[in-house]
Amino acid sequence: MQQFLESFLPAGPLVVFVFSIIPLMIILVYALFAIWLERKVAGHIQDRLGPMVTGGWHGWSQTIADLLKMIQKEDIVPAKADRFLFKMAPFIAFAASYAAFVAIPFSSGYIGSMIDIGVFYIVAITSLLSVSIIMAGWASNNKWSLLGAMRTAAQTVSYEVPTVVTILSVIIVTGTLNLMEVTEMQTGNAFLGFLPNWLIFHSPFMVIAFVLFFIASLAESHRVPFDLPESESELVGGYQTEYSGMRWGLFMLTEYADMLLLSLVGATLFFGGWNSPFGSFMDGPVWGAFWMLLKGMLLVFVMMWLRWTLPRLRVDQLMNLCWKYLIPLSFVNLVLIALWELIF
Amino acid sequence: MDLSAVAFYLFSILIIGSAAIMVFSKNIVHSAFALMFTLAGLAAFYALLYAGFVAVTQLLVYVGGILVLILFGVMLTTRGYFEKVRTRTVNLLPSTIFAGIIGMLLIAVFVTTKWAMNPMEDGEVTMTGLGELLLTDFMLPFQVAGVLLLLAIIGAVLMAARSHPPQQKAGSNPQNAGRSPSGEPPES
Repeated sequence: MQQFLESFLPAGPLVVFVFSIIPLMIILVYALFAIWLERKVAGHIQDRLGPMVTGGWHGWSQTIADLLKMIQKEDIVPAKADRFLFKMAPFIAFAASYAAFVAIPFSSGYIGSMIDIGVFYIVAITSLLSVSIIMAGWASNNKWSLLGAMRTAAQTVSYEVPTVVTILSVIIVTGTLNLMEVTEMQTGNAFLGFLPNWLIFHSPFMVIAFVLFFIASLAESHRVPFDLPESESELVGGYQTEYSGMRWGLFMLTEYADMLLLSLVGATLFFGGWNSPFGSFMDGPVWGAFWMLLKGMLLVFVMMWLRWTLPRLRVDQLMNLCWKYLIPLSFVNLVLIALWELIF
Repeated sequence: MDLSAVAFYLFSILIIGSAAIMVFSKNIVHSAFALMFTLAGLAAFYALLYAGFVAVTQLLVYVGGILVLILFGVMLTTRGYFEKVRTRTVNLLPSTIFAGIIGMLLIAVFVTTKWAMNPMEDGEVTMTGLGELLLTDFMLPFQVAGVLLLLAIIGAVLMAARSHPPQQKAGSNPQNAGRSPSGEPPES
């Protein structure tokens, strides 16, 4: 990818710049699409149609119109807020979320950096997100904001444990943290002759690992049934209460980027990343990006589907689920996967 | 100057600036957030030195763990959430002398030491090598550190459990007795 860019771009720093904003372009287009999709999914699940007017065909440009409206809005900072921290928080939130995309292999030809600590880096850098949410909550000088921020921090710190343990159980099988190498290991059709060589088909415990990972990633990206940080019925809007205009939009973008990030990590760890499900059919760098994003979008769709299906958990139920069920289960699963690796 | 030198100086400014804010700020929450930039900048330094694992561990442990704990501690121990906690300057003279001596000592060490400059070796796989070393040559320290952390966790659980007085278990507290039919310990 870098050589390809160097072939028609004149200067070195320009190549680095273009190389590093490719995921940003993907995220921006994806966020516009995903917010529209969320509204359509919500509508159809509730037996409505969702947005139908803007842009003609099924309201396809509704989010674009919303974006234009949001950019024009006044940037309001509450009088008693901590101005500097209040203004900075959304940028740190999005920077933390975007920085994690460095280690995601979008296709066999594009990965931001081939660091050998890939997944570990993603887990570490997203922890900046909870700090930035505390920053937003505290700087807003609002009870709802701070309560939401506290919940977020507690939730993120707790659910990091099952996420890391399930990722670790996949790492036992692959033996590498680099997501590109993890994907390359899953190329081909090995299982029963027709199933793709994906890690989810590796052993029955991998299915359990995926379910645990998916639940924990729902909580990490603050989606229903774990969206306590911004539960509208009790906390107004959580840490976003005082935000308006594009700063609020950045928080929204961060949430959707986080969903995509965790879905892509899930797709890479369990569903073969950029590998085609049909062996060598429709394979290659460009098709790879297509498959990767398709798998990611499917998981994002499941997240939306769950949002309009399940009710929200209470705070104590949330902590119970994490500490009493998910963490013990993920540790048992880790040991079982290690034993499976040892025996077979 | 190449890109990594530019990054080095940018992160140096970030680290020194945020460390100064952390020390001199009167608002303790500002100090805590300034600490985040210092720690993250140090992680960037490790990354510039090709110590990726150390950089990421720095982020995970200090920014993701300890800093969140500090923020929780600061916010939960104050009387009101938004009461601005003011710090004040005490022991100005002894601390200045102490800091001056340590600073001079560090500068003296930095100037007098002969620094060995090794060229970077290509193709070093840090992660695999580190894992192998941890499970062979440094097995004992690794295990001892693990046992130490386990002891800390057990101790923390014990301290948290002790805050419930024992008579609550016998059901002598009528307000909490009916609250937990599933046998969960009532929240204090």
